[in-house]
Amino acid sequence: MALRKPPLSGAYGADARFTDFGGWEMPVEFDSIRTEHAAVRESVGIFDVSHMGEITVTGPDATALMQRLTSNDVSALSVGDSQYAMITDESGTIIDDTIVYRLPDEGERYLFVPNAGHDEEAYRRWVDHRDEWDLAADVENETDEWAMVAVQGPDAVDAVGSQTDADVEPFSWGEGAYADVAGVRSWVSRTGYTGEDGFEILCPTDEVGAIWEAFVDAEGCEPCGLGARDTLRTEMGFLLSGQDFDPDDEPRNPYEAGVGWTVDLDTEFVGRDALARVASDGVEEAFAGLILRERGIARHGYEILADGEPVGHVTSGTMSPTLGEAIALGYVPAALAEPGTELSVAVRGQEKRAEVVSTPFIED
Amino acid sequence: MFEVPEDRKYLESHEYATTDGDTATVGITDFAQDELGDVVFVELPEVGDEITQGEEFGVVESIKAVSDLYAPISGTVTAVNEELFDRPELVNDDPYGDGWMLEVDVSDDGAFDDLLSADEYREQTE
Repeated sequence: MALRKPPLSGAYGADARFTDFGGWEMPVEFDSIRTEHAAVRESVGIFDVSHMGEITVTGPDATALMQRLTSNDVSALSVGDSQYAMITDESGTIIDDTIVYRLPDEGERYLFVPNAGHDEEAYRRWVDHRDEWDLAADVENETDEWAMVAVQGPDAVDAVGSQTDADVEPFSWGEGAYADVAGVRSWVSRTGYTGEDGFEILCPTDEVGAIWEAFVDAEGCEPCGLGARDTLRTEMGFLLSGQDFDPDDEPRNPYEAGVGWTVDLDTEFVGRDALARVASDGVEEAFAGLILRERGIARHGYEILADGEPVGHVTSGTMSPTLGEAIALGYVPAALAEPGTELSVAVRGQEKRAEVVSTPFIED
Repeated sequence: MFEVPEDRKYLESHEYATTDGDTATVGITDFAQDELGDVVFVELPEVGDEITQGEEFGVVESIKAVSDLYAPISGTVTAVNEELFDRPELVNDDPYGDGWMLEVDVSDDGAFDDLLSADEYREQTE
C-alpha cells in the first residue's frame, strides 16, 4: 500500500528525513532531534501532525454518541473546549486515545482526533454504534480535508498571536476558537503533546502551506519532526498509541496506563462496567517511569527485571535530550511502580541498574 | 556531499580503517553519522580485545536508533577513545578525527584489500 503523504510534503525542504508512521510518510527529522527538541523546550517549534485523523460528529444526538464511545465526560465540555479521552472496548482495553473538541457551530458539533492510521476504524466504530443505538448523528471522516500543525514552546503564544486575528493569550488549556491564521480560516486550540505551552491549528488541507511558511519564515519556528515529538512526549510520560498501548500487542486499560483521570465512571460508555471493576479491584500492573543509573539506553521491548527476574518490559525508551539521561516507560507489577524502587533493564543482554521515578521526568 | 577521505578504506556497513602501517584507526563514516543523527551512546571493546573483520565489535546509538558496529579489519585493540563515553557527540562533529573509536594492531596486512576504496565507498553512498 502506498504511504499517505501529508499536504506539506512539498514544503519541507531537502534536508528532511522521513519515516512510515501509521501509513503516512512523515518527517522524522529536519535538522537534528536534539536541536528541534531544545527549540520546543526553550523557544518554539512547529510540527506537521496532518497524519492525525479528524472525524466530525453533528446532530441532535452528537453528545450522546460521543459520550457513549469515549471515556471522559463529554457533557462537561463548553463550546470551544476540548478534552483528552480514551476509546475503549467492552473489556475496558484502550483502542485509541483522542482529543475531543466541541466546536461552536449551530447545534451540537464535535471533532475528535484519532491517531494516525486509526481514522477509518474510528469512523466505522462511530457509524456502527450510531446505527445500533439508533441515534440521530452525522459522522464524517474528514481526515483528508483537514491538515494540522502544532506550534509548541514557551514562545508559542507570541508566535501564534502574531499570525492570528484572535486574542489567544487568555486561552486556558484546551480552549479554542475559529480564527484567521496567516490568512487561513482555522481552528486554533491551546493543546499539544509536548508538555510545553502551545497550540494546535487545524485548517483546510490545501491551505496549510501558507501557515507552515508563516511560522517557519516569519516567526522563526524550528521545523520539528516526529523524532523530537517522541523525545518530548516521552520526557512527559505521555502515551504513544501502538507502542505504550495497543489492543493487539499491548492491551492495557486506562488505569494501568496511568490515564485513569480520563475515565468518568458516572457516564455510560463502552467499557465502563469493566473499568468500574478495575477501579474497585485495583491494577496488577502499572505504567512506570525509569531512569537508568548505568550507561546504556533502554529501548522498546527490553525486559525490566527485579532481583534478576523479568517483571515487565519497556514500551518507550530514549536518551532524554533535556536531562542527558536514559529514560524509559513500561509496565511493572503495581507493587514495584513506587518511585525509588530499584529495578534493572536488560540492555542487549546486560543488566543495567534503573530506578523508578515519577513522571513527568522533567519539571512540569 | 559527504566527506570520504582518500587515506583510509571502508566497509560496506559504513566503518572505516586507516591504511597507514600496522596500527589502524577505526571509526564510522561521515555518511553513517549523518544517517544516525544525534549520537548519544557508544559501546566499545576494551584494550587487549580481539576484533575480527566483518564481525560486530560494538554498538552506536543515536536518539532514534541502535546500530551494531562491524570491524573493518582484524586485530588487537590497543586504544579506545574513552572521550566518546562522555562526549558521544564527537562522532557527529568529527567522525574522522576526534570521533575515532579504536586503534587496532592489525593482525593480517592483507585484510585491508577486502575493503572498499574511497571511490568505491562514495559510489555506494550516492
